Amino acid sequence: MALEIPKVSYSGKIKEIVLGKGDKALTVGGETSYPFYLFEGQMPLKPRIAMEVYDSPPEDWAPTALEPFADVASDPVAWARKCIDTYGAEMIALQLVSTDPNGENRSAEEAAALTKKVAEAVDVPLIVWGCNNAEKDTEVLKKIAEDCAGRSLMIGPVTEANYKQVGAVAIGYEHTVIASTPIDINLAKQLNILLGNLGVPDGRILIDPTTGALGYGLEYGYSVMERIRMAALTQEDERLQFPMICNLGKEVWKTKEAKQSRDEAPKLGDPAKRGVLMEAITAQLVLAAGADILIMRHPESIALIQDMLNDLLAA
Amino acid sequence: MALSGIEIFKKLPKTNCGECGVPTCLAFAMKLATGQAELSACPYVSDEVRAEIDEASAPPIRTLTIGTGDRAVKLGGETVMFRHEKRFENPPGLALMLSDTMDDSVVNEKLSKFKDLEFERVGLILRPQMLALKEESGDAGKFAAFVKRVIDQIDAGIILMSDKPEVMAEALKICKDKKPLIYAATKDTAEAMGNLAKEAACPLAVKGSGLDEVMAITDKLMGMGLKDLVIDSQPVNVKKALEDQVGIRRSALVKKVKQLGFPTITFPGQLTDSKMKEALIASLLIAKYAGIIVLSEMEGHNVFPLLLDSLNIYTDPQRPMAVEEKVYEIGGPREDSPVLITSNFSLTYFIVSGEVESSRVPAWLLIKDTEGLSVLTAWAAGKFAADTVAMFVKKSGIADRVKHRKLVIPGYLAGMSGELEEELPDWQILVGPREAAHLPAYLKQWSA
Ligand code: B12
Ligand code: SF4
Repeated sequence: MALEIPKVSYSGKIKEIVLGKGDKALTVGGETSYPFYLFEGQMPLKPRIAMEVYDSPPEDWAPTALEPFADVASDPVAWARKCIDTYGAEMIALQLVSTDPNGENRSAEEAAALTKKVAEAVDVPLIVWGCNNAEKDTEVLKKIAEDCAGRSLMIGPVTEANYKQVGAVAIGYEHTVIASTPIDINLAKQLNILLGNLGVPDGRILIDPTTGALGYGLEYGYSVMERIRMAALTQEDERLQFPMICNLGKEVWKTKEAKQSRDEAPKLGDPAKRGVLMEAITAQLVLAAGADILIMRHPESIALIQDMLNDLLAA
Repeated sequence: MALSGIEIFKKLPKTNCGECGVPTCLAFAMKLATGQAELSACPYVSDEVRAEIDEASAPPIRTLTIGTGDRAVKLGGETVMFRHEKRFENPPGLALMLSDTMDDSVVNEKLSKFKDLEFERVGLILRPQMLALKEESGDAGKFAAFVKRVIDQIDAGIILMSDKPEVMAEALKICKDKKPLIYAATKDTAEAMGNLAKEAACPLAVKGSGLDEVMAITDKLMGMGLKDLVIDSQPVNVKKALEDQVGIRRSALVKKVKQLGFPTITFPGQLTDSKMKEALIASLLIAKYAGIIVLSEMEGHNVFPLLLDSLNIYTDPQRPMAVEEKVYEIGGPREDSPVLITSNFSLTYFIVSGEVESSRVPAWLLIKDTEGLSVLTAWAAGKFAADTVAMFVKKSGIADRVKHRKLVIPGYLAGMSGELEEELPDWQILVGPREAAHLPAYLKQWSA
């Protein structure tokens, strides 16, 4: 008598969302099972990885993380091209850290001009991520949405505090919103309802559940993502049936252990391999919890994850 | 899994004699179901029924221990599929594989590295606890000598790996007192390995290709009276490894398949030649139910992230780890030493106090009760607001212990410094660095 593994019956399905436009556009979502549970459902579309590009030269990066980009660190356009040409990036995520009012405080105009240049230089889907200051992000993302009209960018983080303004321009100029809430299933659902009421079409919403790094709060996001997927697939919670995006590279690489040298941490092995593994493991765990899009930094972590994705999704 | 009161009642004598201390069999059954009574209180249940009820109330996944003493590893006892439902109980044992065909010098080097792999985190010691000793020489004497050499050098949970019962028998003579895991009984050796395990009173791993073969072997061994079993389903690729782990856990929990109600053992190194990818497969297995994970290599750079993974996945999701609200003295602070403040989330406390310690600058660290929330989370939740922080600083008595009036707050909370200065007019509020890692440099140039 052969064993029948008890199956979960899934009644819901994750919405398919098109990222970018043209030849290099990608589609994510479409799952009808928990992540990679192909023995009882489908995951027709592979999760995708965006490579990070920063709007100002990184300071204080781990040498391993900086090394691949050292020659392009002060030129975001060249950086983005290098990601695509050298590392085969299927997507780019422009991190607009220098717009932070507590930092360089670069203007919305500057940010928009830069985004436009990058958008023109790349043909892959482009994510644009603000500085996490709701007020400033509103101003910056609005300007970008307008100046890059019709380019189908993914813009975020769109929060409870600025969804009306940013949502409105996203509708008007045809961009996708990254609906960001701090590790809470109810808040995630609520924001998606609000965006829907505002008129943002379902095909243009991504959930950012907020991601902590391995060893730094990862488990909270992991469980919230699992719960979001559970509600979406088994409880037909329609407002949670969106693909999830995790901006994890910057979280991992800011941790102490991802940066320490061999002298500083002799027990932690090879610093280069350690950083890469910390990023790849964080990515692997959020994938297991339901991520559809990952924003990552190191080419080697990305290659490892691509390899795992191929294995996990093999026919 | 547990029977309901009614199910138990059906098996009782239904005479309502009251000798169990409750007036009716039904009332007794209800108490049993909720764990408020012991079956032994009723003198009239038959042995058969007793066995049935005992078995039905055992946890769906067997709890067992490998090894003895300090590095004993407890496995199994899991009751849920998702960690938000209830805490995952027993984190997987990480094992380093060593072979009896390795040079002595290689083995010694690997062992000394293994001993070094110990990390302190949130007040816990994280380390790999197991060694998988593999016979590849085909020589029973050589394997036994190898096992002896290893256990003389190190106290760890041992997994003895050989397909040959006669080789296993020799090795068990050396170390059965250490309660090693015997790896493994196959469909051909089930009986012989089963007998060895029974005699030595050691746990036994079952190796079969696929769950059906595994079940046939565990069934046979259970029939022989063996209870402490561990499962290896020999998946051929990563996808199958995930499927098997989910299948085993779910079958045991949902369908109560007894033949699969055991912890598992996995070998990510069998699925790839790359050490980096091996670590990544291991990271997934930690989240997805593996009981033991045997690695072909252990270095700080793969073990440390995997231990963090395990720590994260196995923490209690209902209860953030917190430390006590009070003034912590680090390095014997004096009246001119710096005063810092942070939240009582364990992770935050241990990171910050660790950095202060490593700065070698004696300091006062005020830990405010934030209900176990990190600095920013607490701030966003209103548990680290200027008024309550000020109240805590005042009642902490720190003003009597230092001469100066300078308080260092976390860099991420720069925005609250003005408000805090209003609440604490005697104090000057200094905004520290954002990341604790920059505290040593900051403290070294700090002056009262
Ligand atoms: C995990 C997490 C949670 C967990 C809680 C974990 C916990 N026990 O605290 C949960 C899911 C419960 C949670 C809840 C919420 N969260 Co939350 N959460 C996080 C997350 C992902 C990680 C936090 C963490 O563990 N950090 C690790 C610890 C060690 O960091 P830390 O305490 O800050 O310490 C570091 C530094 O501050 C510094 N430091 C610490 N002390 C000191 C002292 C001195 C003197 C110095 C110099 C330095 C220093 O050193 C440490 C390491 O470098 C962050 C996002 C992020 N990436 O940071 C969001 C985040 C903190 N959360 C946020 C929010 C808004 C919330 C909620 C209010 C959401 C809501 N509306 O419900 C709730 C509030 C809680 C509640 N109502 O019960 C926001 C805060 C926004 C803001 N800027 O105010 C964040 C930043 C996410 C975001 N971008 O929106 N959260
Ligand atoms: S002692 Fe046994 S038979 Fe008597 S009332 Fe209790 S359960 Fe029933």
